[in-house]
Amino acid sequence: MESFFQRYRNGLVLIAVLLVQTIALATQVRRPDYAGRADGHHIRLLRLWMNAILSPPEKLLTNTGHGLRNAWHGYIDLRHTRQQNLELKSELAQLHLREAAIAEDARQDQRLRSLLEFRQQYVSKTVAAQVIGSSGSDLSRVLNIDKGSRDGLRPDMAVITPDGIVGKTRNVFPTTSEVLLINDSSAGAGVILENTRLRGILRGSTNGVPQIVNLLPDNRIHPGDKVVTSGGDRIFPRGLAVGTVKTIAPDPDHQPYTAITIKAAADLERLEEVLVITETAADLKAIPASELTAEEAIATKRASEIVAEHLPGLHDPGEAVPVTKPGEKPVPVTPEGPAKAAPALHPDRYSPGAAAPAADLTPGAPHSTTSAPPPTSTPHHAATPKKETPE
Amino acid sequence: MARRGLSTRRALEQHTFPPVVTALIVLIALFLGVYLPHLFPRYDFLDLPLIIVIFFSVSQRSPMAGTFLGMIVGLAQDLPTNQPIGINGIAKSIVGYAAASIGLQIDVDNPLNRTLLSFAFSLLQSAILFGVRHWMLGMPGYRGLWLHELIKAGVNAVVATPLFLLLDRTRSDS
Repeated sequence: MESFFQRYRNGLVLIAVLLVQTIALATQVRRPDYAGRADGHHIRLLRLWMNAILSPPEKLLTNTGHGLRNAWHGYIDLRHTRQQNLELKSELAQLHLREAAIAEDARQDQRLRSLLEFRQQYVSKTVAAQVIGSSGSDLSRVLNIDKGSRDGLRPDMAVITPDGIVGKTRNVFPTTSEVLLINDSSAGAGVILENTRLRGILRGSTNGVPQIVNLLPDNRIHPGDKVVTSGGDRIFPRGLAVGTVKTIAPDPDHQPYTAITIKAAADLERLEEVLVITETAADLKAIPASELTAEEAIATKRASEIVAEHLPGLHDPGEAVPVTKPGEKPVPVTPEGPAKAAPALHPDRYSPGAAAPAADLTPGAPHSTTSAPPPTSTPHHAATPKKETPE
Repeated sequence: MARRGLSTRRALEQHTFPPVVTALIVLIALFLGVYLPHLFPRYDFLDLPLIIVIFFSVSQRSPMAGTFLGMIVGLAQDLPTNQPIGINGIAKSIVGYAAASIGLQIDVDNPLNRTLLSFAFSLLQSAILFGVRHWMLGMPGYRGLWLHELIKAGVNAVVATPLFLLLDRTRSDS
């Protein structure tokens, strides 16, 4: 006669297997935010072994595909390349000019912010990586990239593309890493609405649509508004594109907040190459002098013009100031010629008169360092245009 | 008498597979599961590891073997994800057990039966995963999208039928 265990062997084995797995689940889960916690040592070891099995064929197939693609684009599909090259070079030159102007504005902004003791992080160093695989689950939005700790990656590093942010590194192995996408339900980022400057928290969701939570209803928020990173999470530098507002609706689970869904700027479904931000800096790095020749002269000229415009109507130190006695009418002072700027106490290349007049500048000429004029007590007149007298 | 008839039928129709081949097929299914979504974003409708578990469970007709196979495949499927390990393990353990148990009762070599079984077990897995995530783990904001799960079950059933015919070639007849 069969015993109870022999008769119901299969069912008992099933119950035992389910019980073991339930206990394993319970030991991993820590409320309330278990998905964001780091794995224990043994769990990480299991994930490491699985990663070691799956990563090599992923890398092999990805590299093979890229090799074939490069062979096609590099040798076969080279039509109109010369014309395209010339157009791109011209566009690059235009962008350099614009970059010089923007860099000048950014430096000025930095000087002002440092006065307010406000410091933000700039992207200083990045590592490019290829996406070689994913988690394979529709509820877990994780990508595998082909760079790991040997390439300088660490957990909780921001991952971006030129279009916008993608996510952050989660598990970093020696040669590969896992990237948690921003639309995963356990992901989060500090964001700010560009127009209204409202700060919020971006969270992923189970259906893969990122949304901003913890914002109260506000009629200033409209679909299409741009969303950028706020820098408050200390992972994503400030100002990186996140996406645009897609829909605004009351959040039924978290009244009275609204659920603002976002259309991510980066195409999270079709990522191939990403950048991992490995270093940030508090200051913008100076643009190398070799890249700024005529552009720097133009920027310098613009800065000195701006300074001259912002300091009108000051009396020259050597000039006697008319003193009005009580009861007398003040004598109107008619300034002779254009407004003069007071001499700078600590002149630099942006001080008025430090740069040569525009008529003497030649675009493309090598940059010549102009020495700042020493501070003098005599009035320093702004350069006046030469008048040509007709014959 | 009924038990003898049952064991006779089992002896005639139970299939075995070389362990190496089984392991290789499982690994290939797991690899394709993590690699193909990178190439085809909509690939998440297809659950190749589930199809493999169903195939081996109904072919071997051993509930214990089906349970263990489902557990191993499910746990391996959880490892590359962001989720706690065990969610897919629990679901596929139950699917493996159920598939092997039903394999004892009906003709699983019939293509129509295979298609229906694949459809039904895919829905069963979806229900189990919903139960685990929603009630056991209490995942915030998790809502089952039943139309999505129906489409998923349909896709799995359509892919499973020709795949089963291909995998039939790997069995070593007992």
